[in-house]
Amino acid sequence: MYAFNYHRAKTVADALKLYKKADDPKFLAGGHTLIPTLKQRLARPSDLIDISGIATLKGVKVSKTAVTIGALTPHVEVATSSAVKKAIPALAGLAEEIGDPQVRHRGTMGGSVANSDPAADYPAAVLGLGATIETNARKIEADKFFKGVFETALKDGEILTKISFPVPEKAGYMRFDQPASRFALVGVFVAKFKGGVRVAVTGAGPCAFRVPAMEKALSAKFAPEALEGITVPADDLNSDIHGSAEYRAHLITVMAKRAVAAAK
Amino acid sequence: MPAVSMTVNGKKVSADVEPRTLLVHYLREHLGLTGTHVGCDTSQCGACVVHINGESVKSCTVLAAQAEGAKVTTIEGLADGDKLHPMQEAFREHHALQCGFCTPGMVMSAIDLVKKNKNPSEKEIREWLSGNLCRCTGYHNIVKAIAAAAQTMRG
Ligand SMILES: Cc1cc2nc3c(=O)[nH]c(=O)nc-3n(C[C@H](O)[C@H](O)[C@H](O)COP(=O)(O)OP(=O)(O)OC[C@H]3O[C@@H](n4cnc5c(N)ncnc54)[C@H](O)[C@@H]3O)c2cc1C
Ligand code: FES
Ligand code: FES
Repeated sequence: MYAFNYHRAKTVADALKLYKKADDPKFLAGGHTLIPTLKQRLARPSDLIDISGIATLKGVKVSKTAVTIGALTPHVEVATSSAVKKAIPALAGLAEEIGDPQVRHRGTMGGSVANSDPAADYPAAVLGLGATIETNARKIEADKFFKGVFETALKDGEILTKISFPVPEKAGYMRFDQPASRFALVGVFVAKFKGGVRVAVTGAGPCAFRVPAMEKALSAKFAPEALEGITVPADDLNSDIHGSAEYRAHLITVMAKRAVAAAK
Repeated sequence: MPAVSMTVNGKKVSADVEPRTLLVHYLREHLGLTGTHVGCDTSQCGACVVHINGESVKSCTVLAAQAEGAKVTTIEGLADGDKLHPMQEAFREHHALQCGFCTPGMVMSAIDLVKKNKNPSEKEIREWLSGNLCRCTGYHNIVKAIAAAAQTMRG
């Protein structure tokens, strides 16, 4: 690790102030993406602003229409919340599958979404449920949030504060693990609302994306067989030693069918 | 250099450390508690697992500064004098270790499991250990030891 200065922020205002004063700062939440990155010397921030102690950014609230999760809520809290399990079981199930127990104790939802790793799980739920992302400055719709590999609509120094997920009639998430890292090689989130179905994919492209052809077919008939023959072109998909673009394209349809079958 | 203070195995400690000091390095190099191991540099192996405020975490992926004010327990803090913790005793009894490198992390992780789930099934034990890698044992006896310790700890 390269050297950096460390600051602990007590409030969002405090964090913004510390961020402005520093040269090339980064926010630190659960640290389970950032610290491994620093250990590999893949980043060299001048200052880390530790936001993990900001109490107002923690916790889960569930109403009839939405599940709202504070940015600093660790994965374990979403995975084990009985209110989330009842309102959107697929969301609790997704959190339960992230990494391993120790990663889930520290890693936060906000960190995962702000980071937009191409293989992260939460972005599939954010986009699949059409969630609203709130920051210290504004609200951003899921459809306008994910921009590319590790790239989001967040501006430099903007803090993700919470995300509000609309409660669907049914939703399912299925992922096929990359066996070494156990991140998603491909993960598909499917959500059925009164007004139609949303399908979001992670692991296969530069960032999470929707599949309109599948959404149309599932809105007409919400059943695995409705997806028969519908594929995503392999052209722009990720290809690496763990799986070719064609393999990922194939997995998207398989995982989408399984997500529909598992939806509740 | 900023000061950090915390309670480690029941003892108050404090030191001036560089901000980039990882908790595991603070424990091993500043406090001489070398029971906590470092087995990888990708946050995957779990050899470094300790408890922070009672919860298992990878101490190689936490800055010492982030444990300010916390209660930290390491493998050295488990035994009561010469009397091993039931989890340590079960690992000994069931040959749940060979080289022993992964063992401190396994034991710390397993204690957290049993705290949350007093009677874990074999499947639940194996799933829980997804963050702890062992290159020697094939896991079989580790799983047996944890099930046995859970039984002892239930009383
Ligand atoms: C062994 C291992 C396995 C893993 N497996 C999975 C997996 O299967 N699936 C998965 O999805 N993830 C996985 N992860 C990643 C894990 O979920 C991370 O915890 C998460 O992606 C990042 O959250 P964090 O709180 O740790 O963020 P940090 O590491 O603290 O921060 C990550 C980035 O986001 C920024 N940031 C953090 N919070 C905010 C905020 N509120 N506002 C603005 N910017 C912010 C930081 O500045 C930084 O750039 C794994 C990690 C490890 C170490
Ligand atoms: S040393 Fe491998 S996970 Fe911490
Ligand atoms: S006993 Fe050797 S790594 Fe587990």
